[in-house]
Amino acid sequence: MAEGSDSLTTVAVGLARALRAAGVDADVARVHAFVAALDRLRPDLVLDVYWAGRVTLCAGPDDLERYDRVFDAFFSGVAVTGRAHARRRVEVAADALGVPTAGSPGDDAPTVTAVTRHASAVEALRHRDVTDLAPAERDELRRLLARFSLPGALRRSRRRKPARRGAVDRRHTVRALLDAGGEPGRIRHTGPRPRPRRVLLLVDVSGSMAGYADALLRFAHAAVRGRVAPTEVFTLGTRLTRVTGALSHRDADTAMRAVSAAIPDWSGGTRLGETLREFLDVWGQRGLARGAVTVILSDGWETGDPDELGRQVARLSRLTHRLLWANPRAGRAGFEPTAGGMAAALPYCDHFQAGHSLASLEALAAVVAGAATDPSRGGTGGRTVMGPTRGRCAGCVTN
Amino acid sequence: MSNRLPAGVADPDSLARRLAEVGYLADTGLATAAYLTLVLRRPLLLEGDAGVGKTATAAALAQVLDAPLLRLQCYEGIDASQALYDWNFPAQILHLRAVEAAGSRGDEVELEAELYDRRFLVARPLLQALETDPVVLLIDEVDRADDEFEALLLEVLGDFSISVPELGTIRAATPPVVVLTSNRTREVHDALKRRCYYHWVDHPGFTREVEIVRTRLPGVGERLAREVVSAVQTLRGQDLLKTPGVAETLDWTEALVALGADHLDADLAAATLGSVLKFREDQERARAIDVATLVARAVTGGGSAPGGQVGG
Repeated sequence: MAEGSDSLTTVAVGLARALRAAGVDADVARVHAFVAALDRLRPDLVLDVYWAGRVTLCAGPDDLERYDRVFDAFFSGVAVTGRAHARRRVEVAADALGVPTAGSPGDDAPTVTAVTRHASAVEALRHRDVTDLAPAERDELRRLLARFSLPGALRRSRRRKPARRGAVDRRHTVRALLDAGGEPGRIRHTGPRPRPRRVLLLVDVSGSMAGYADALLRFAHAAVRGRVAPTEVFTLGTRLTRVTGALSHRDADTAMRAVSAAIPDWSGGTRLGETLREFLDVWGQRGLARGAVTVILSDGWETGDPDELGRQVARLSRLTHRLLWANPRAGRAGFEPTAGGMAAALPYCDHFQAGHSLASLEALAAVVAGAATDPSRGGTGGRTVMGPTRGRCAGCVTN
Repeated sequence: MSNRLPAGVADPDSLARRLAEVGYLADTGLATAAYLTLVLRRPLLLEGDAGVGKTATAAALAQVLDAPLLRLQCYEGIDASQALYDWNFPAQILHLRAVEAAGSRGDEVELEAELYDRRFLVARPLLQALETDPVVLLIDEVDRADDEFEALLLEVLGDFSISVPELGTIRAATPPVVVLTSNRTREVHDALKRRCYYHWVDHPGFTREVEIVRTRLPGVGERLAREVVSAVQTLRGQDLLKTPGVAETLDWTEALVALGADHLDADLAAATLGSVLKFREDQERARAIDVATLVARAVTGGGSAPGGQVGG
């Protein structure tokens, strides 16, 4: 074994490197575990190497398919070039995102700099439709988006904290008593510790949303990075992609590149009903949607069957705590939610509002946090109209 | 190291045979993962749909090892006093009063040491597992616990020791066999995954599932077993809200046996559908399929069984 283990390590490290290039997070600790596992098995058998690698180097079902692909390629002598593949995808996506290419942003707007920008300009920007912005304004928007946080409304958790009244805290009361040499003292109490609810963002990245997807995903990035509440982000289009992991990078631009590499269906068609069903089957029903505040960011354009979308939204509304729908098109004058998909989904939404500008996203964040749910209070500005109650939302339309 | 393995187990294949002897049919992947867990005592994280036999794996391992199975069901808000240890407060107070009543109030330091003696410590599953050998510790549905508990687990599973401030560190002489299960209602933290072997448990293929039914329910006839498994596998291929697992196959077969059936027909299937499908929409969808289609695979031998195939 001792003589063979050197070459074994080389193979293990090589495989791990190929896996990392393909997006599997096979770090040093995992490689170590892999080598230790091989040491206990028969490394001359492909099946043993396969399973040892699979149980040590993979961390989730997403990894398994990549592992199989890399494993096959690696042991059939084909060089795996995952990185080059990812980079090529990024370039395509950068185009789709409307990200200014290197060298251009400064030249485009030499007169408007961060220094000369005024508060009033920012205020005006807040209400502008994000698709109408100049490159410099878009940079400013991104900076503002990065400061978002998106905590869900508070709920009572099963964790407890010391409180003035409530259930008796046996542990602390008796501890104090023992510390005092057996003299009974003050009785301690505990109360429930409130927690923000999980926030679930479902972002439509289909062709009709192309102008908004970048801003909405940056909004999602800020929500994930803010870490004030557990947040999960999925993209909808022709298929479902979980992008929470890709969005967890600190730098917004890096995160956006990772997201665009992860999404195979940028600016494709829209099969909202089907992708929503996939989401519910794979994630929602298991518990991800339960008790969460769910936000669908979509224009409701459905190329598939609108009834299917209606059924799936109904299913989602039964699982989730609150279902909010932010529609970028709703920011336009004369908008009526009559597009097939939107009309079918609306009866099941607790809240419907615009999602085309910074101000509307701010208003959305307030609704997610449980504030400003009462329309009579006037909300926090922005052009939103709040839905009164679930099932009676069809009448609420933004101007 | 070798004493960590039960007698007659020298490689994944022999472990699979021993597991089969106690009624658990593991495929190559699971047997390899379990074997590595036994030898190297790194915890095993099992993920998969509900009812594919994740919890049963731990029970079978315990039987093979002839060891007790300690089960810790996770839930939100579970904390150290429910998972690690707790002090027996009433007994402590009683002891204090007894010492006072006897009037022999001696040294204060000594009294304190007496109060925080090991006998007043109530061991919860994690601590019990460290103090028992051999043992299989099942941490069930770890995805239901919250971040705080995961951090606690990291500490314990990292070096198999627990420090009690009043007593010092309690360390396991031999690391216990640890099996964690997750239904994936949320992603388990990466740091925890890194300390574990990971295995995704799939639905079994046709032949294996028939074997499982016949092993678990020895009274079932060949025909009924094949027809029920065929029906369940067909249902899995349908677009259902909740895909039935092996647990549902067993429930259904048991229900049919209780009704005295030796094969599956339309009336029986309709009457007992509630033991496999638990959503109204799913039941309606299933009723639309005729029984002949459902049990077709029983005849062909499940040539195109969905899922359950083993990679590699």
